Amino acid sequence: MNRVVITGAGTVNALAGDVAGTFQAFRDGRVAIAPLNLRDVDRLSSPLGAQVQGWDPSAHFDARSLPLYDRFTQFALVAACQAVLQAGLDLAGSTLAARAGVIMGNAGGGLTTVDETYRDVYALGKNRVHPFTVPRLMTSAAASHIGMAHGLLGPTFTVSTACASSNHAMGLAFQMIRSGAAPVMLTGGAEAMLCFGGIKAWEGLRVMTSDAVRPFSADRSGMAQGEGAAVFVFEDLAHARARGAAVLAEVVGFAMTADAHNIVLPSKDGAERAMAGALADAGLGAGAVDYINAHGTGTQANDKVESAAIHGVFGAHAARLLVSSTKSMHGHLIGGTGAVELLACLLALGEGVVAPTAGHRAFDPDCGLDVVPNQARRAPVTLALSNAFAFGGLNAVLALRAP
Amino acid sequence: MSFVAETVIRIIADKAMVLPETLTPDSTLSGLGIDSLGMVEAIFALEEAFDISIPFSAQDTGAESPGQGFDISTIGAIIAGVEGLLAQRAA
Repeated sequence: MNRVVITGAGTVNALAGDVAGTFQAFRDGRVAIAPLNLRDVDRLSSPLGAQVQGWDPSAHFDARSLPLYDRFTQFALVAACQAVLQAGLDLAGSTLAARAGVIMGNAGGGLTTVDETYRDVYALGKNRVHPFTVPRLMTSAAASHIGMAHGLLGPTFTVSTACASSNHAMGLAFQMIRSGAAPVMLTGGAEAMLCFGGIKAWEGLRVMTSDAVRPFSADRSGMAQGEGAAVFVFEDLAHARARGAAVLAEVVGFAMTADAHNIVLPSKDGAERAMAGALADAGLGAGAVDYINAHGTGTQANDKVESAAIHGVFGAHAARLLVSSTKSMHGHLIGGTGAVELLACLLALGEGVVAPTAGHRAFDPDCGLDVVPNQARRAPVTLALSNAFAFGGLNAVLALRAP
Repeated sequence: MSFVAETVIRIIADKAMVLPETLTPDSTLSGLGIDSLGMVEAIFALEEAFDISIPFSAQDTGAESPGQGFDISTIGAIIAGVEGLLAQRAA
């Protein structure tokens, strides 16, 4: 089996328009969740979110291409370019590109396009829609455009498993390289759900905070959405070594489980089996883990059940774990969230800096974990897990090792 | 030049990313480098600009009998087609 490493990373999210800026925000514990600025915001009861500010698509795309790109695709393309640049791969037209592919995770897909088009035809009574409505809104558009931009001819598709989409996507990319099905994959996730309809839908569940995202805090009050993308270059270690590429981290394990239980409520058992499965896949014991980037949505249900699952898997070692949820800073990117959160793992593994859980005010004995409250912490991190536990009970956990 | 001709030329030139002055009545969309996606985009822009509905299908093979569909073979034909639709609407 091939070993799999990450040789490039890129991102656009509410904290920053690149990896370096996001790392700095993690070090600073900076929160990008704020009152939303969007059309009809006065009709929203949960007007908080982490928006990408000052986004100017024309700075990134030419006038002919731009009408084809929903906002989520725009974020994905920019993140992918950064990742490929860092990896130092010259893909288009290469023999490598003939076998390389793209696996993206997103849940809403072109929801901004859907929202705008529905507004046109239903609210405004228009009978004509933009001719690119379908190619813009389709969930797989980001994966296709990344592939086109870099000339990748291998396996390319999109995974949609709600809030675990990115982790499922990256896990599959990992498995494909490990098995030899592809030497290089671009993988991650993207989401741009911060439009009126996107937020209104979430309001219906009554899980959104009107205060701040406070994962694992006794006074937590719910989640807030974010938007953006993160894309990584996953590469066969032998291939990376042969070309002298710098390695950001090694992906050593992955597991996915289903709760088969409830469409919104999490289950301790499913989360436990996913974490334990990722460790077993990596051939490691629970004691090897130093850091967990938690799913940590800041809802009552998730944080309590996720904490119980961590205690269940790690036992006494749970007391020595650092666990943080960066959703407290960049918001919940839904289908793109695991990808942006993997950046916190790269920071921990690469620099020994653990991103904090922002907004934390009171220890919750029901959680009972060191959640690195409010301030980043220096700590040696050799092995990290990244958790994603989605609505519908779809769980995906990645295990990563320091380079 | 009529307002209709000016507007058609401006829209097509914009899609082709060329200066309007470079277009002639004989210019073709494919000659201007406008592909099939660009074509439906241009039709949409014309519909929006004139608030008309252009009977154009990207599935047309060009084999239909004359008078069916909308002639997009040249800039001149498009201008004439738009003028015809505007006249129909006024009638």
